[in-house]
Amino acid sequence: MGSRLRDMIRSIRACKTAAEERSVVAKECALLRNAFKDNDQDYRHRNVAKLMFIHMLGYPTHFGQMECIKLIAAGSFPEKRIGYLGLMLLLDERQEVLMLVTNSLKNDLGHTNQFIVGLGLCALGNICTAEMARDLAPEVEKLLQSNNSYIRKKAALCSVRIVRKVPDLVEYLTVPATGLLTDKHHGVLVAGVKLCTELCQSNELALEHFRKHVSTMVRVLKNLVVSGYAPEYDVSGITDPFLQIRLLRLLRLLGNGDADVSDAMSDVLAQVATNTESNKNAGNAILYECVQTIMAVEAIGGLRVLAINILGRFLANRDNNIRYVALNTLVKVVSVDTQAVQRHRTTIVECVKDSDISIRRRALELVCALVNENNVKVLTKELVEYLKVSDPDFKGDLTARIAGLVQKFAPNKQWYIDQMILLMVEAGKYVTNEVIRSLVVVISNANDLQGYVVRTLYRVFQAWDGQESLGQVTVWCIGEYGEFLINSANELEGEDPLTVAESDAVDVVESVLKDSRVTPTTVAFALTALLKLSTRLPTCADRIKNLILEHKGSLVLELQQRAIEFGSILTKHSELKATLLERMPVLDEATYSAKNEMGVDGQQTAAAVASESDANGHLKQPNGIGKQPAATANLMDLLSFTDEQPSTSSNSSGNALLDLLGNGPLDGSNSLTSSAKHSAGGADMLLDLLSLDGPAPPTSAPTSTAAAPLAGLLDVDPLGNIPLGNLSLSGGTPKGPPAVVDPFANLTSTAMLASVPSPDPAPGFPTIVAMQTSGLKISFDFTKPADSPKTTIIKAFYSNLSSNPYTDFVFQAAVPKFMQLQLEPATSGILPANSTNSVTQLIRLTNNMHGQKALVMKLRVSYKANGNNVLEQGQVNNFPAGL
Amino acid sequence: MIHFVLLISRQGKVRLTKWYSPYTQKERTKVIRELSGMILSRGPKLCNFLEWRGLKVVYKRYASLYFCMCVDTDDNELETLEIIHHFVEILDRYFGNVCELDLIFNFHKAYYILDEVLIAGELQETSKKSVARVIAAQDTLIEHAKEQSSSLSNIIAQATK
Repeated sequence: MGSRLRDMIRSIRACKTAAEERSVVAKECALLRNAFKDNDQDYRHRNVAKLMFIHMLGYPTHFGQMECIKLIAAGSFPEKRIGYLGLMLLLDERQEVLMLVTNSLKNDLGHTNQFIVGLGLCALGNICTAEMARDLAPEVEKLLQSNNSYIRKKAALCSVRIVRKVPDLVEYLTVPATGLLTDKHHGVLVAGVKLCTELCQSNELALEHFRKHVSTMVRVLKNLVVSGYAPEYDVSGITDPFLQIRLLRLLRLLGNGDADVSDAMSDVLAQVATNTESNKNAGNAILYECVQTIMAVEAIGGLRVLAINILGRFLANRDNNIRYVALNTLVKVVSVDTQAVQRHRTTIVECVKDSDISIRRRALELVCALVNENNVKVLTKELVEYLKVSDPDFKGDLTARIAGLVQKFAPNKQWYIDQMILLMVEAGKYVTNEVIRSLVVVISNANDLQGYVVRTLYRVFQAWDGQESLGQVTVWCIGEYGEFLINSANELEGEDPLTVAESDAVDVVESVLKDSRVTPTTVAFALTALLKLSTRLPTCADRIKNLILEHKGSLVLELQQRAIEFGSILTKHSELKATLLERMPVLDEATYSAKNEMGVDGQQTAAAVASESDANGHLKQPNGIGKQPAATANLMDLLSFTDEQPSTSSNSSGNALLDLLGNGPLDGSNSLTSSAKHSAGGADMLLDLLSLDGPAPPTSAPTSTAAAPLAGLLDVDPLGNIPLGNLSLSGGTPKGPPAVVDPFANLTSTAMLASVPSPDPAPGFPTIVAMQTSGLKISFDFTKPADSPKTTIIKAFYSNLSSNPYTDFVFQAAVPKFMQLQLEPATSGILPANSTNSVTQLIRLTNNMHGQKALVMKLRVSYKANGNNVLEQGQVNNFPAGL
Repeated sequence: MIHFVLLISRQGKVRLTKWYSPYTQKERTKVIRELSGMILSRGPKLCNFLEWRGLKVVYKRYASLYFCMCVDTDDNELETLEIIHHFVEILDRYFGNVCELDLIFNFHKAYYILDEVLIAGELQETSKKSVARVIAAQDTLIEHAKEQSSSLSNIIAQATK
């Protein structure tokens, strides 16, 4: 038999912890299950009530569903009442069990007791399915004409649900619904008007039908407005605001697009608009609905003015709710009557600064709808002002909106660029890549403004605070147009003269380069800019070279690669520099905007490129630090601006490279070969530079078989693709023919070795063999810098003991948490056959528990021998003591 | 239309839920968690509307309880507030100065009242008195049935003695 409902609730509420509550509920559920199994009829209604409480707490209660159905089938009102409640609470319309109640419902709808009929209608109205709606529609239709108002109103709302579920029943219900409009009882009227509205919304014929009855509705509404105090329906001095609102809404549907009908209702609309008290929420709710109706129907001008004035009053109201609905309505009104809304512009702009996010959103939307060519300057100024003080979670939204407005309505390019710079200063981190891109496109097209832009950016940059976007654009502009900084070319009228030394320009780029807040993407921008500056600012060439070379050891592959490539361009190929580092060709605005319109598509492409380049090992790093495929993809995009087809990532990276070096027409998805051939200067130069039309004999590489990581970049296969894609830090070799050898190999390997202290084996530490298998031997030499006892520099020597060369050689190491590991790139990814110590790699180890714990290391080596992938692992325990 | 009605206590406990649009059990839990987080954290001076998943949530706080109704974006928010108030006043009259505990221990009665105010997510009755009358009539009906059954069980008990 079990406890009473009240006792169960008490015991659950007495629980102090969630676990305790769970156990009490589990116990109750077990009792309930037993009771249900025993088919306990006396307490069934109580048990279902308990189950509902448990359900409300969020526990599963599906096992009680059948009990509800049994209760509904029982004869008495108390059981049915709880049964229907359980049905509505525990089930929803998607459960098949619901089918089982159709018959009980049918019986109950024909019951003599009005309350049992009411229960049936309520359940049907709340959870019926389309099938049930179809099956029981005749019963409901009959009940619509019942002489009991309690049943009529419920039947009307039940019909609303039926129409929503089965729209073809509209015709069937139209006539009985019309009858409800003349009802005396307010409950029936409210429900009836709602039903008519629903019918009108779903069927054009019904709409026509109800237009004939507009006078009836107008009369009802008029009576409500002029009637005196009606205690039963009074809400703060207004007679039945709910009914008034529903009538106004129905009138809106009927009047929209029909001048005669609109005319018939204009008197009453004016009456409602002028006579309704606006000091209480109920009154305002009616006015709000009335304004919407006036704006939607074919009203005369005077009425519209009245409506707009009401909105103006709303807008000035101190109640946030009222202001919210005012803004909400004005958004809809803007398209009808912009002039009237413009009058309230200042108030609306104030609302953008409200402390309430709901109001801010509405206001921002409205402001954006208000902006046109004439007021864009004023409004943008306001918005940017506000941007400075708005809270962070709103800035993103606001920035995007401002950028959109500026882009759309800018009167001229200079203003556009000024605003964008301002935006980047105020909300740099919220400015999206797309926005930066379009800005760069505009700058590149505005020949006469480039000098102005670069000087403005230089000025603004003096107060730089780590804003990513500002850093990127500034650095890009200085890279492209750096000379304008120095020689003040293209000076605009009224521009303040600016004297900048060549070193100052480099300072700017250096500060970005060295800032800890910026992402590798921005650093990559800075490196490219430096490279370009090397020709534009010849006096700083040495400094630039040093700055670039500092990044040769960067852990981010992209940066390391750039640094090394750029370094070799600067040192080895100064005669080509001028052509290579020409200004970028003007970016085509039309192509760009077309690409922009593709929108989502383009982003997917970028993502695809990113994931592909990742798969190709483009950014793979043995120690797994800072993988940033997305950033790189953006970068490529930013640099390329062509609509390349991302069929292969190497293709697009090749494109990026060509662009980066500023050559060749950007004629899109054509193969690179053709673009290279078409372009007279740069691309040929590039091929020349690399002197690789196919497998070519090495010209300048002294170690003929060693292919450095850079090989991939310079390996141009006969198709003209430049597979930048397959590079990996510690020497993944490209798939190209092994005979192709990188002319830079020597340079890079020596450069890398030079970047760390020369590792002469220290006398104290003997060389150990870290790993030896049948075909591979790895030995370690140790050095310790004098000043830091914690650090150990290991020079690893790799020996190939077999008669097959190993390619794609990758060495990986792992250490316990108290140690730090830094792997320098290996000198090569290829171990020639039968070679001893042919490849070396530096490992820098820091033992934070020096003196307490000895060094330990796990190794993993993978390589390709004879076309097979080999993976070997091992642990090094034989480190000499004292490291 | 009203898609659902929620009563949430100041502590985030659910006191009443009524769903007029189909939501699975999982979605319901998620919606409740999401909304109670958003609503409970809003300051008292802010407006009573929240834009949420393309719908609008209108809420109002009465003592320790938040009454929330989720409506379509083109519905009249001010009127929804009025409906909430209408419901609260009816509860208040029925329980006599209603408090959270009344709604916990008599949750089923709160549901019965709600079912007399709303059907299919639409307002059903604008007269508070009329709702009070029918609820009272139904309660008497229940009392009658109870008395009958208890007298019946007395008779059976006596007969079987």
